[in-house]
Amino acid sequence: MTTTSDPYAGSRQTTEGRVYTVTGGDWDQTFGTDLHEEERLVVNMGPQHPSTHGVLRLVLDLEGETVTKARVVIGYLHTGIEKTTEYRTWTQGTTLVTRMDYLAPLFNETAYCLAVEKLLGIAVPQRAQTIRVLVMELNRIASHLVGLATFGMEMGALTGMTNGFRERELVLDVLEEITGLRMNHAYVRPGGLAQDLPAGVEVRIRELLTVMPERIAAMHRLLTGQPIWQRRLKDVGYLDVTGCLALGVTGPVLRSAGLPWDLRKVEPYCGYETYDFEVPTADTADAWGRYLVRVAEIGESLKIIGQAVDRLEPGPVMVEDKKIAWPAQLSLGADGMGNSLDHVRHIMGQSMEALIHHFKLVTEGFRVPAGQVYQAIESPRGELGYHVVSDGGTRPFRVHVRDPSFVNLQATAAMSEGGMIADVIAAIASIDPVMGGVDR
Amino acid sequence: MTDGFRRGAFGVTGSGDTSGFGGLVRVEPGGAVALHSTDRPYGGWFDEVTDALIDAVGEATWAAAVPRVLVDRGEITYFVVREHLLTLVQALRDDEALRFELCSSVSAVDYLDSGGPAANAGRPRFHVVHHLTSMTYRRRIRLEVAVTAEDPHVPSVTGVYPTADWHEREVWDMFGVVFDGHPALTRILMPDDWDGHPQRKDYPLGGVPVEYVGAQIPPPDERRSYR
Repeated sequence: MTTTSDPYAGSRQTTEGRVYTVTGGDWDQTFGTDLHEEERLVVNMGPQHPSTHGVLRLVLDLEGETVTKARVVIGYLHTGIEKTTEYRTWTQGTTLVTRMDYLAPLFNETAYCLAVEKLLGIAVPQRAQTIRVLVMELNRIASHLVGLATFGMEMGALTGMTNGFRERELVLDVLEEITGLRMNHAYVRPGGLAQDLPAGVEVRIRELLTVMPERIAAMHRLLTGQPIWQRRLKDVGYLDVTGCLALGVTGPVLRSAGLPWDLRKVEPYCGYETYDFEVPTADTADAWGRYLVRVAEIGESLKIIGQAVDRLEPGPVMVEDKKIAWPAQLSLGADGMGNSLDHVRHIMGQSMEALIHHFKLVTEGFRVPAGQVYQAIESPRGELGYHVVSDGGTRPFRVHVRDPSFVNLQATAAMSEGGMIADVIAAIASIDPVMGGVDR
Repeated sequence: MTDGFRRGAFGVTGSGDTSGFGGLVRVEPGGAVALHSTDRPYGGWFDEVTDALIDAVGEATWAAAVPRVLVDRGEITYFVVREHLLTLVQALRDDEALRFELCSSVSAVDYLDSGGPAANAGRPRFHVVHHLTSMTYRRRIRLEVAVTAEDPHVPSVTGVYPTADWHEREVWDMFGVVFDGHPALTRILMPDDWDGHPQRKDYPLGGVPVEYVGAQIPPPDERRSYR
């Protein structure tokens, strides 16, 4: 082993060849290049990085602080949920898809169930529809609050994060009371809902409706008027309507470019056409506009929740058809979903046919007529589409999810190339991708 | 017992898979791939879109490009011959009476084992499905291109819809369908050196051994059973 005398780039001979140990800051001398001529630096960011919004990897070509090329590498959270659904019953599919975009579980469930119901040719009872709207809008608020919270964290506004997660907890408490779980609820089922609303939850929801507007106002006071926040966001991550359409971008990003495209309005489902709400838009097509659109959407969701609570009428929350409907309406246990003791007493003590029916429906599941459908709903991040194919069996033949995060994330390069490296973070945060949905 | 080993000590017959994960084969009569088609009139705006599409590409191309059309559950599906796919999507996006500006999704379905009249070797097994959305007219259509496993090539629509880039990479990754003309058709969800295409129907769920440091657990369908 020989070592030269260069104090910054000592080299030694090894069995692998000559190895340099670069210790100093004299890169220009070591490589013999002119600093002003060629200064391309490839930086790998992630997949474990606090600012990449999840397990996302970015490969950035830099010239100084300017990003000349941004490549996005995904797949670190791939769980094969689409494949797994093919080996489980139609009802179990709910439990699987709810784990895709884990910040919008109720949207996944509802979109999946709407697709299955379209294949079956059934419509769910009015009360189930209203509760679906109710829990989806609660979920939208929770999701946008996380979006804003992580936005704050990635921009260095850490109080934005702690506040955002704190307000989200208020929503999750209500969702926990309704579904038994904070996340991954498996509450919406093909044919209706797993269970009815618990008694007295309307009061809790109305409390939330009175508390939340002040919390949003506090969010505005904390972030919206703040000069640093504005300068970090304005004119950053620009993508106009043409760019959005070419790249398939939907949701708040598209609306921030000025196109009021919201599937709740243009292709209503679950009775959204009967609710009174606005579609917030911006005309700046940048991260600032997306921030404002999201905050405004929380307010609109609160309006929808208020209307949904007002119109709740007693009634069934599952279809009548006993060949499809889950045999028991479950109760809320201490650890989430609990048993229905009345149902257990009935099938175990009174009716053998009911026991057989329960057993067949729960273990084998119901059959869905062969065919394929595409069902899209407006998730907090854009068009969430389910392409569901049945071969007539008791399990899905194919479930493909068009996840808005997956599609929107493609816009990263268009939004950040030519800008500063710090603005890449703002651009990605303004897309608000959820890697569970991107990788599925 | 000529080789000195006892066989069947654990009562293994078949695959020994008790988990239900490995090698499940379902054959359903009829099958989702049943070769139905719908006759004109299709009803609603379906005829309007179809007429506009025929006007845009010409009668001869139409007859060669779309052998059948299926209207089912309020959705229209055009079964497209792959050679004419690009002509069709270009017209669908640009024609003023069509205006399908948004390519919502590109995915694929593997119809292996789905039974039905076409269940034989060399039949088109992979159906690549494009979902197009017209924001102007608020309409959705589906294009379906069927290819065989021996020749799984479909033209890439990334030139018309740049958003199809990642969708097509995912279909390649999961099904092994090759999109000719795609700018960089590489794996997207699975690791670059992955063997096989996981969402093919003949690729079992959990079909790879689980690696631990110093141990390897075989895939479920190769585990012994303890009946």
